[in-house]
Amino acid sequence: MPSLSSRENVLIIEPGRTEKNYWADLWRFRELFIILAWRDLAVRYKQTAIGVLWAVLRPFLTMVVFTVIFGRIAKLPSDGNAPYALLVFAAMLPWSLFANALAEASNSLINNANLIGKIYFPRLIIPLATLVTAFVDFLISLAILLAMMLFYRFTPGWQILLLPAFILLALLASLGPGLWITALNVKYRDFRYVIPFVVQFGLYISPVGFSSAVIPDNWRLIYSLNPMVGVIDGFRWCLLGGNSPLYLPGFLLSLVITAFFLWLGLGRFRKTEKDFADLI
Amino acid sequence: MSDIVIKAEHLGKRYVIGHQTAGGTTFREALVRNVRELWNKTRDLTRGKPIIQGDRQEEVWALKDVGFEIKRGEAVGIIGRNGAGKSTLLKILSRITEPTEGRVTIRGRVASLLEVGTGFHSELTGRENIYLNGTILGMTRDEIRKKFDEIVAFAEVEKYLDTPVKRYSSGMYVRLGFAVAAHRDPDILLVDEVLAVGDAQFYTKCTNKMNEIREKGTTILLVSHNMWLIQTVCERVFLIDEGRILRVGAPFPVIQDYYGLQEQAAEKDSLEEEKAVVIGFAEVRDPNGNPVKETLPDGSLVIAALYQCRQEGFRGHFFLRVTTPDGFPLYTAYSKPRTFTSGRGATETFIPSFSLLEGEYRIWVGVCGLDKEKEKVSERMLKIDVLADPGYPDPKFGKFFNKVIWKDDGVG
Repeated sequence: MPSLSSRENVLIIEPGRTEKNYWADLWRFRELFIILAWRDLAVRYKQTAIGVLWAVLRPFLTMVVFTVIFGRIAKLPSDGNAPYALLVFAAMLPWSLFANALAEASNSLINNANLIGKIYFPRLIIPLATLVTAFVDFLISLAILLAMMLFYRFTPGWQILLLPAFILLALLASLGPGLWITALNVKYRDFRYVIPFVVQFGLYISPVGFSSAVIPDNWRLIYSLNPMVGVIDGFRWCLLGGNSPLYLPGFLLSLVITAFFLWLGLGRFRKTEKDFADLI
Repeated sequence: MSDIVIKAEHLGKRYVIGHQTAGGTTFREALVRNVRELWNKTRDLTRGKPIIQGDRQEEVWALKDVGFEIKRGEAVGIIGRNGAGKSTLLKILSRITEPTEGRVTIRGRVASLLEVGTGFHSELTGRENIYLNGTILGMTRDEIRKKFDEIVAFAEVEKYLDTPVKRYSSGMYVRLGFAVAAHRDPDILLVDEVLAVGDAQFYTKCTNKMNEIREKGTTILLVSHNMWLIQTVCERVFLIDEGRILRVGAPFPVIQDYYGLQEQAAEKDSLEEEKAVVIGFAEVRDPNGNPVKETLPDGSLVIAALYQCRQEGFRGHFFLRVTTPDGFPLYTAYSKPRTFTSGRGATETFIPSFSLLEGEYRIWVGVCGLDKEKEKVSERMLKIDVLADPGYPDPKFGKFFNKVIWKDDGVG
């Protein structure tokens, strides 16, 4: 009987009424999160000839190019005795995770404009669901990395057990700016042109093709203002073991920057969320 | 225990819209305008306000001081002209957008159907879309699984369950979308003009389903331009105009008021001179009385028109002219000469077979004089699309469809 449940179910709609149980609401809509993530995955490689191979091909080819340019031609040093290709691919993993997650999250609201205009649900679900697609692509690349380790007969140390923590960090690093930009994108479509630029630019200023140990010591802290420096160093430390020691002050700084962007992104998103349907 | 499930008090919603100043097309004027627009945009950007196109801004109240109470199990229709604020009201009630002022208290689970098949993904199959759409509408996976067979049976898509919906006909698409939403079992169901597509048979099925839902105790709010649907489903009707509730009451009298509003608006349009007879509102309907925009090559149509006579004893014909979109006349039909009496009146014209093949046409309904030139007094233009039908010749061989009998065919 609907009448039984409806007694406790009183909803008040008022201007500026902040949702008291926003996070509980988010949890209530978890099935929507799952199904949207599943939809993005299911649709992703439909009508493509090589399908999921695309997820492998892009980071792999970039790795090959970087290994040749930075390792062979520029002859930059690797970390310890790790093969250069592994050094690059260990950074390529978090970088593609970050870049894909950021790009998808930033456009997520606009891509789902029809849903936003017609149905109520906590809007945060949309950018969150896009992270799943990026994560699945990441898992595929991770399998490639493990195959490469076998090929080079490289044994990772105990540090690899901490990898999940750094995966989470990479996702959080992309979520902060992603939320901010997707909210801005609803109002100002200019921002959809910013992301491809940031991603392209970031690939070169982040230590993907080279070890961050090549950065002069007195610049390293400033270099760590880029939150991806901490994430990438963390990945290398996990995957290449003792070969890539973690530069702690820089890593902590990256953590702080990530947390700041997350706070900023979430704050801006929550503040503008209620107007999305009117603006999109 | 309170029996009022929706209570709205002083509800208002304001939008800011931009205008392009008319006039000036010289280079200098255009330059000034563009500079002003750029300045406005930059200012809005830095203040974090949304960008509004155009160089002049205006506040519009889509809803203003709206208040009402709806009881459990009631079916309420909301009618009004385009832009009256009907959809804004539903959007506020379904929490898609926030009111600018006022407050609504809702008791119970709300499901809103503002569009059929919200979130359907064209690449996914019917089966997958049922789960996707159901979840979007707020059903859990278990609920969907339990109702799955019912939904499929209602939508009549058994054979196409594993076909991507991009291969579906528009009828199948709408059926599937409505079927999912109708099996959602909410306490309160909000429905916006969603049944515009679909054949008459499905239409009846939908209204039956809505009545069935209501008998189970669900409160229904229905926005529609289809007065027939409103009368079938609703027991109380709100007439909204310019953001306010103009009238509340039983369907029939309120619908009459709505037609009156339409007529007034039409009269405003044709106030330019004192005409003997003015055609106010007119629409194309199917034989069941539902407004239609499309028909089949030999479809039957009814043209309904309201008029007002200002000159007692005026003598003339009603006429009906069918033209191509660029105005080329295809045929005209006249009523018998008649004498008009002053005041309001209505007329209906039945067209047993429209007789035109696939394409866009215009139907002009009006009043003309008895003179040899059939001088036009007043008219209204209506649009109608004839849909393709493989049972008829291709329109490139001729616009008309006519039944002929081949002597040899019958002998076979």
